[in-house]
Amino acid sequence: MTVDVGSDATAAVPAVAAAADETAPGATAPDGAVAVPAAPAPATAGRSWTRFRGALLNKFLLPLSVFALFIGVWYLISGLTLTRQQRFMLPLPHDVVRVGILDWSNFKVTLEALRYTVTVTFLGLAISIVLGVLAAMLMHQAKWIENSLYPWAIVLQTVPILALTGVLSFFFGFALTSRTIVCVIISFFPIVSNTLFGLQSVDRGMHELFTLHRPGRLTRLWKLELPAALPAMFTGLRNAAGLSVIGAIVGEFFFKQGNAGLGTHLSVFQSRLEGERLWATTLVASLLGIIVFVFFGWLSRRVVGRWYQPKRG
Amino acid sequence: MTMTTEPPGPTGAATAALRFAGVSKKFKDGTVALTDADLTVAPGEFVSVVGPSGCGKSTLLRIASGLDGASTGEVDVHSKSVGYVFQDATLLPWRNVRDNVRLLAELDRMEKKERDERVRDAIDLVGLTGFEKHLPHELSGGMRMRVSLARSMVLNPDVFLFDEPFGALDEITRERLNDELLRMFRQRGFAALFITHSVQEAVFLSGRVLVMTGRPGRVKAEVPVPFDYPRPPDLRYSADFAALCGEVSRHLRDV
Repeated sequence: MTVDVGSDATAAVPAVAAAADETAPGATAPDGAVAVPAAPAPATAGRSWTRFRGALLNKFLLPLSVFALFIGVWYLISGLTLTRQQRFMLPLPHDVVRVGILDWSNFKVTLEALRYTVTVTFLGLAISIVLGVLAAMLMHQAKWIENSLYPWAIVLQTVPILALTGVLSFFFGFALTSRTIVCVIISFFPIVSNTLFGLQSVDRGMHELFTLHRPGRLTRLWKLELPAALPAMFTGLRNAAGLSVIGAIVGEFFFKQGNAGLGTHLSVFQSRLEGERLWATTLVASLLGIIVFVFFGWLSRRVVGRWYQPKRG
Repeated sequence: MTMTTEPPGPTGAATAALRFAGVSKKFKDGTVALTDADLTVAPGEFVSVVGPSGCGKSTLLRIASGLDGASTGEVDVHSKSVGYVFQDATLLPWRNVRDNVRLLAELDRMEKKERDERVRDAIDLVGLTGFEKHLPHELSGGMRMRVSLARSMVLNPDVFLFDEPFGALDEITRERLNDELLRMFRQRGFAALFITHSVQEAVFLSGRVLVMTGRPGRVKAEVPVPFDYPRPPDLRYSADFAALCGEVSRHLRDV
């Protein structure tokens, strides 16, 4: 626990003195003087460099050596066990990079596809967030609403998405609309369940504090329940975002009219046995998943990390 | 049961800030938490309630505040607003000190200019000026409790209910906050009903200490505390003080 005492606190030393009894450790000295952390001494600097090096080793070098090992195994399998005719299954890594990424005419098309996939991903996710949060707020209003609706949210989650593609195509065609709906269906549940969980796990004492002042339902929702639910909502959002990427690519795999997305490309290169471009597209799709995941983690820390520490419970 | 919340005024005999008459509480599962509880707190009086765990002390406060209803009996609260200080600070973790202190005034729709002024005063009163921008997790337990006190002080209630507010704090912090609570009590002149486990705390703060029996809870003894306010911190080490604590403890043992 640290108290970052700013300059305005220094200006109000008498008041600080009054409050300094219970001392946040290391924050304020008992006599009211504001304890300013000493400038890092050389010894501390040396230690922090060691720690930095340790972090570098643990966070980057170890995962990277696993990656190197992975590439090595790839080369072994591709170069030693596959014949020239079989090699489309697992082309040599440098061929994947050369054909799929460094060849600009190829890569440009992939980037174009990436753009459409990203559009569908975020369109579906946005619809999911709006519908999911609204549904959770509705279920939170009364137990009977929750009991009526929540089982169907679970059902929606458990229906294999591929089983729905046929029916979707009848109603919404083979283009953007169907793809987006797949995204919404697949990413809806984590939003609903986490938002509902967040809304329902507000501390009882805080509820009672509000009850004493008889706020309206909306006031309670806005000032207490929604902010308290934010950390859980972000957990749901992160899961939903990852699923939405999957939904977009699966959707493109099946609904091939309109602009070609990454999923469309995957399907095409697969049928043409174009191993290099197939693998390159797969890599781009994976990268998209990772970036989306990292982005929402960052956003979550940005919004609720200021006050929410999961470990403190 | 009647529950009046009118501003204090000349309403005949009912000049008490808080009055319980024959109040009982039976929960749905059959547990009797309180039987025939009688007590009054006069305006500007500080009354503490001590008793063993589970003797219905907290139930008393929950009924007084309207969080729970009484099964039988009569409860009168003569105050336009009642301050309730919980055992936990119950601060909203996403709001900084100032915004937490402002919360109840917001819920009561206080006009903005007056609200801001009162928030400033309350933060000053509890000695947290300079910490307005800090978030609850950056504060110590004692400081969080100060924020909780300030939050209620903003409404300037005539009646304060305290549910073991300092029970989770260390002895040194607790004594310091007791001193400061008395200072606020003198300054604001509210009536207080204070629940605690600590005999010493009860005697130091109160004009009267009520001792409750356990299961079912009822008020068993009343010990008047004759010391004048303001009470110096050293009062705790005087022989008279020790004798009074002894008397309260004896009542507790006989329970």
